[in-house]
Amino acid sequence: MPKWFTPASVICALMFAVSPLLIANAPFESTMGLVQKISYYHMPSAWIFLIAGIVCGVASIRYLFQGNLSQDRLAQAAAELVVLFGALAIVTGPLWARKAWGVWWQWDVRLTSSLMGWMVSVAYVLVRKYGGPGSDKLAAGLALFGMANVPFIYISVNYWRTIHPKTSVVPKLPLQMGIPFWFCVVAFVLLFTLLLRLRVRLEEQRARVDELYLALD
Amino acid sequence: MSRFFRVAWIVLRKDLTVEMRSLEIFSTSLFFAVSVVLFFAVAFVQEGRALDGAAAGILWIAVAFAGTLALGRTFERERQAETLRALLLAPADRPAIYVGKLLGIIALLLVTEVVLLPLIAYLFQAGFFSHLLWLAAILLAGTVGYCAVGTLFAAMLVRARSRDVLLPILLYPIAIPVIIAGVRATATLVAPEFDVALARFWLSLMAAYDVVFVTLALWSFEPLMTD
Amino acid sequence: MTVAGFDHLAVSDLSRHFGRRRALSNVTFQATAGSILGLLGPNGAGKSTLISMLATLLKPTSGTIRYGSLATIQGAADMTGASASALRGAIGMLGHDLYLYPELTAAENLTFFAALYGAADPRTDALRALERARLADRAHDPVGSFSRGMRQRVALERALIHGPRLVLLDEPFTGLDDRSVAALTARLRELRGEGRIILLATHDLDLAEGLFDQAVFIRDGRMVELATQPQALRTLYQSVMGQPQA
Repeated sequence: MPKWFTPASVICALMFAVSPLLIANAPFESTMGLVQKISYYHMPSAWIFLIAGIVCGVASIRYLFQGNLSQDRLAQAAAELVVLFGALAIVTGPLWARKAWGVWWQWDVRLTSSLMGWMVSVAYVLVRKYGGPGSDKLAAGLALFGMANVPFIYISVNYWRTIHPKTSVVPKLPLQMGIPFWFCVVAFVLLFTLLLRLRVRLEEQRARVDELYLALD
Repeated sequence: MSRFFRVAWIVLRKDLTVEMRSLEIFSTSLFFAVSVVLFFAVAFVQEGRALDGAAAGILWIAVAFAGTLALGRTFERERQAETLRALLLAPADRPAIYVGKLLGIIALLLVTEVVLLPLIAYLFQAGFFSHLLWLAAILLAGTVGYCAVGTLFAAMLVRARSRDVLLPILLYPIAIPVIIAGVRATATLVAPEFDVALARFWLSLMAAYDVVFVTLALWSFEPLMTD
Repeated sequence: MTVAGFDHLAVSDLSRHFGRRRALSNVTFQATAGSILGLLGPNGAGKSTLISMLATLLKPTSGTIRYGSLATIQGAADMTGASASALRGAIGMLGHDLYLYPELTAAENLTFFAALYGAADPRTDALRALERARLADRAHDPVGSFSRGMRQRVALERALIHGPRLVLLDEPFTGLDDRSVAALTARLRELRGEGRIILLATHDLDLAEGLFDQAVFIRDGRMVELATQPQALRTLYQSVMGQPQA
């Protein structure tokens, strides 16, 4: 493990421990009140969900066309984190929506495309788990097509209607809300980086064990 | 380039000959599609009145399900005597083989759709046939998009374990936009007022999807098929 | 028949792993035009993996395959020399399975593959091949209705339809009766006379004895012995493989 891993893990744990206090002390949003505080965790999860998806897609393409095994390990690790952070975003979202919109779920563009993207990542994990030999290529192909699919999902769902709040509110956040928000974002980015590194490391160790078996054979 | 299309044509003609002789894939997927439509008729037609706007959705669901079945069977046929390996051994552009298989599946599904349409139109009192050219274009664009992705995945899955289960798992999340667009576009035909602008929007979305996914499939077929 | 391409096949240090399984490791041998090389070993020894790699269906993990001056495959990297499709045009392979469509007739099967290999007149090529297989009278019957021996004869002609320089045969004797074995052996000698490079994988030495110019012994993915004195194959087989042939 790299040297920074242990201190970074400690910092990350501390940040998550402190974050509820910061969020609790942040001012109430005028119209939505308490329930708005979900967004301190919801938005960072959603962003990480997106970043992990991009990492997985790019790594898959590089694996497919350059045959680089380390890219395959990265793609696999990222895909599992897409499932994790996507699940967080998709669970926290409706909790807020129930209060703000009066419904748990809306077939709005962001919700729908997130759900579809999340489904692709679940399919990716399923294929890797149950596909048997050659599933690495299959999964990479799925990730490639999943990436290409995003704009189409976005356009097609957008043509229905959209009621999700725009991300453009973020730069306009008052300072008392901005500080805890960006604090949470940093905590989530850190968590993502740590988990990704850990998961890639696991695959590296597996590959190493395979090599040792081969050497023994 | 002409060699490319020649290979695609040879593969297509071979697939059609095999299918004409056995009719296996056509008859089984058509039967399956009709059963799906009948299920929906039982569920959504009450006292002779169909649910508003259900017909377009039911058409595409039936096509998607029948398509999955047809894709699986087509490549199962290439797996039985390992003929897919023989195709990959040939000194031909591998994407040409993909194109040949793709055209075969498209042809099969289009024929299935032609049989399904009057059935759904009758059961759900849907007037699909008021704008025939639009209908043909919508069906073609949607079918091409769905099959472009499906053919690639089904070909890759030939080597995988539990391929029958994995095909829909891979295909459906990716095919969602083309199914949405297909349903919406077909719905404009059934609506009381035909909205040309709306139909055009959905049709162009499908056309764009077709172009992007066929290109991607041609580009990635070779690396995806080599071990 | 003209045979294009290369007249020398050199395999050096060829390996292929699947995860932690070593399907084949460090195989080295050479074969020249007009010779038959036997790949001998029990089932699961890695013979099929080797044949798949030679046929370009599988990429090696490491090692080199040199197809004369036509092309070179080096490890998992991309091929150098001729284009992949030019190389595949010089290779004919008869696999474990038949590579034939049971719904199509023998003539249709061969016509299809001849066309796929770019023949100018695929139909004539197909009929000629069926005559060689002594199946001209059954040309228009579906392959699915053929006996095992007849199918195998069609399958062999399918592999040879484009006059390949390198002929790869994976267990071609499986399920054949004595007459078909004799016919196949005669056909292989004929191909050798035409100056082709023939690789024949089998676990059954009885059927193939006297056919090989040299033989490679493989067991558990490793090359155990290279025999250039085919007269002593049987003794060698017993000493190398550990048990006498049943």
